[in-house]
Amino acid sequence: MPKTLFEKIWDSHVVIERDDGPSIIYIDRHLVHEVTSPQAFEGLRLNKRRVRRPDLTVATMDHNVPTSDRSLPIVDQISEIQIKTLEKNCKDFGIQLFDINSPYQGIVHVIGPQLGITLPGTTIVCGDSHTSTHGAFGALALGIGTSEVEHVLATQTIRMEKPKPFEIKVVGKRKNSNAVTAKDIILSIIRRIGTDGGTGTVIEYRGEAVSDLTMEQRMTICNMSIEAGARAGLVAPDEKTFDYLRGRKFTPENYDVLVSQWKETLHTDPNASFAKSFTIDVSDIAPQVSWGTNPAMVCDVTESVPFPEEYAKGSEDQKKAAEKALQYMSLKAGTQMTEIEIDRVFIGSCTNSRIEDLIEASKVIKGKKVSSKVRAMVVPGSQMVKKQAEEMGLDKIFKDANFEWRESGCSMCLGMNPDILASGERCASTSNRNFEGRQGAGGRTHLVSPVMAAAAAIKGHFVDVREMDLN
Amino acid sequence: MEHFRKIKSIVTPLDKVNVDTDQIVPKQFLKLIHKTGFGKFLFYNWRFDNNGNPIPDFVLNDPKYKNSKILITRDNFGCGSSREHAVWALKDYGFSIIIATSFADIFYSNCFKNGFLPIKLDSKTVDDLFQTNAEIEIDLETQTIKTPAKTISFDIDEHRKQILLKGLDDIAMTLEHEDKISDYEKRANVPSLL
Repeated sequence: MPKTLFEKIWDSHVVIERDDGPSIIYIDRHLVHEVTSPQAFEGLRLNKRRVRRPDLTVATMDHNVPTSDRSLPIVDQISEIQIKTLEKNCKDFGIQLFDINSPYQGIVHVIGPQLGITLPGTTIVCGDSHTSTHGAFGALALGIGTSEVEHVLATQTIRMEKPKPFEIKVVGKRKNSNAVTAKDIILSIIRRIGTDGGTGTVIEYRGEAVSDLTMEQRMTICNMSIEAGARAGLVAPDEKTFDYLRGRKFTPENYDVLVSQWKETLHTDPNASFAKSFTIDVSDIAPQVSWGTNPAMVCDVTESVPFPEEYAKGSEDQKKAAEKALQYMSLKAGTQMTEIEIDRVFIGSCTNSRIEDLIEASKVIKGKKVSSKVRAMVVPGSQMVKKQAEEMGLDKIFKDANFEWRESGCSMCLGMNPDILASGERCASTSNRNFEGRQGAGGRTHLVSPVMAAAAAIKGHFVDVREMDLN
Repeated sequence: MEHFRKIKSIVTPLDKVNVDTDQIVPKQFLKLIHKTGFGKFLFYNWRFDNNGNPIPDFVLNDPKYKNSKILITRDNFGCGSSREHAVWALKDYGFSIIIATSFADIFYSNCFKNGFLPIKLDSKTVDDLFQTNAEIEIDLETQTIKTPAKTISFDIDEHRKQILLKGLDDIAMTLEHEDKISDYEKRANVPSLL
């Protein structure tokens, strides 16, 4: 029977299959960070259980690490306890840790692929919803809760009901692909299918417009699959995938043998059927900006803030949600997006903090200055990204423009460290969630691409980055 | 985990769609390293103003619902971050059951790991329950909700139901199949990270 890529990966990892309850699925890679793991290790200790496969488990600290000078002590004592707890847990249970001083430290979803931990056809879990990022490599990558983290530590498996395969065909060719980015593609998709459009499914992104994307762009798309409610996002691996992973720290020695196997198997068979299908044509999409408090509340930069009844399309619940969102965001329906002034710019997060993101953003700001009304920061996704950017001189471009150039971590995507918005501040952010208070209590987040964020930093308000010179 | 029992309580109405886990427990409270004590942070930014004073018109601050064990809400509850702290906070606050038209996947799965019952109902039934201004009784064993007006039944996966009723430990259940896991490992030869 023809199978989808997702079904192939699922089937090849089944330990016990059940139709009347959860199956037991083997996990090839388990990524651990400081925020969602302490209670899992505590559970292991209470029940006198060991970590079954420390050799398939890697930890780093990313969520609440400061992004200021790493030689200084951590000011937030509770954050420090969490960081120390991870250090102790990794030591006690024999888990490899890339700590705050490691050259490999970084956002877990940035370092996984950079280190070659992420491999096509594997199952990957992490106690973080943005684990979906790794799906860009044709891995089944699932965000899990802390109890499941404990379950994986103890058994190297998860118990899970089989999600349904969902095909999203991305067709057409973007006009001005420097200005209309992968972020704009995924925001366009979520805007159309909604924040629960993918619930119960694993999305496979297919079509020419996906093949055209670089690996880092595919990661941006898969990363936000969870924002559409999906369990995971996938892209079938191709030569770009195999090239990206060749020769990295953990790339297996028999890599070429594996690649030839992957080429045979890791694709959706012709005539395989999906439970659901959706097609988006990217030929005419514009740069996207979110106006509300969830990642489906998005419009084109050329549009104006929608009226709640127009957004709600007849749903009373959605109308109320939009009214509440406009109130929280302090926006008036009908205002042109380009008239909205901002206070802060954040370029970073597991969605958009990789080297290509920084290169693209640097092209926008080169030789220009951040608006005097704006505070702007760049937080590279990992120490490796930071180093590479510095070798290319990107740090100088950002600093010359008055951007802050910081150490790697999740930073202001969720503001667990000191990088937060003050109440009422408005931010153009390359992150993934514009939920109320996400970047700081009372803070107002507008999701955009790195080039849109960079352009907004210069102008002090949103601009259509297609009108700027990006060469 | 304790066995899940019949619950009788007034229903706390949270009339919102797409309640994300950042609202259920804001990130500034995720730094604790134990599972207890999150109740005081539940819906923190909706419950309290900038000075930490209760916001009177938020439903959890209405004394009428002080001892409620059942929360009712609308579509896609628990979307966003995978933080299990969301369930720990709901439970620690005093809720045992949440009713909604739909739930986000990770949140839904997290509920069952903590002896917490999520019930999915159609929107008409949820509308009716929003209007029910009296105690209702929910019996997981019989999968029924008794209101003063009628008895409603609800669906739940049998396996998950038993997990709650018997207070089963997922990990212990999986470890019963350790031989199968070992067989898989021999067969699959997963590349090591050492």
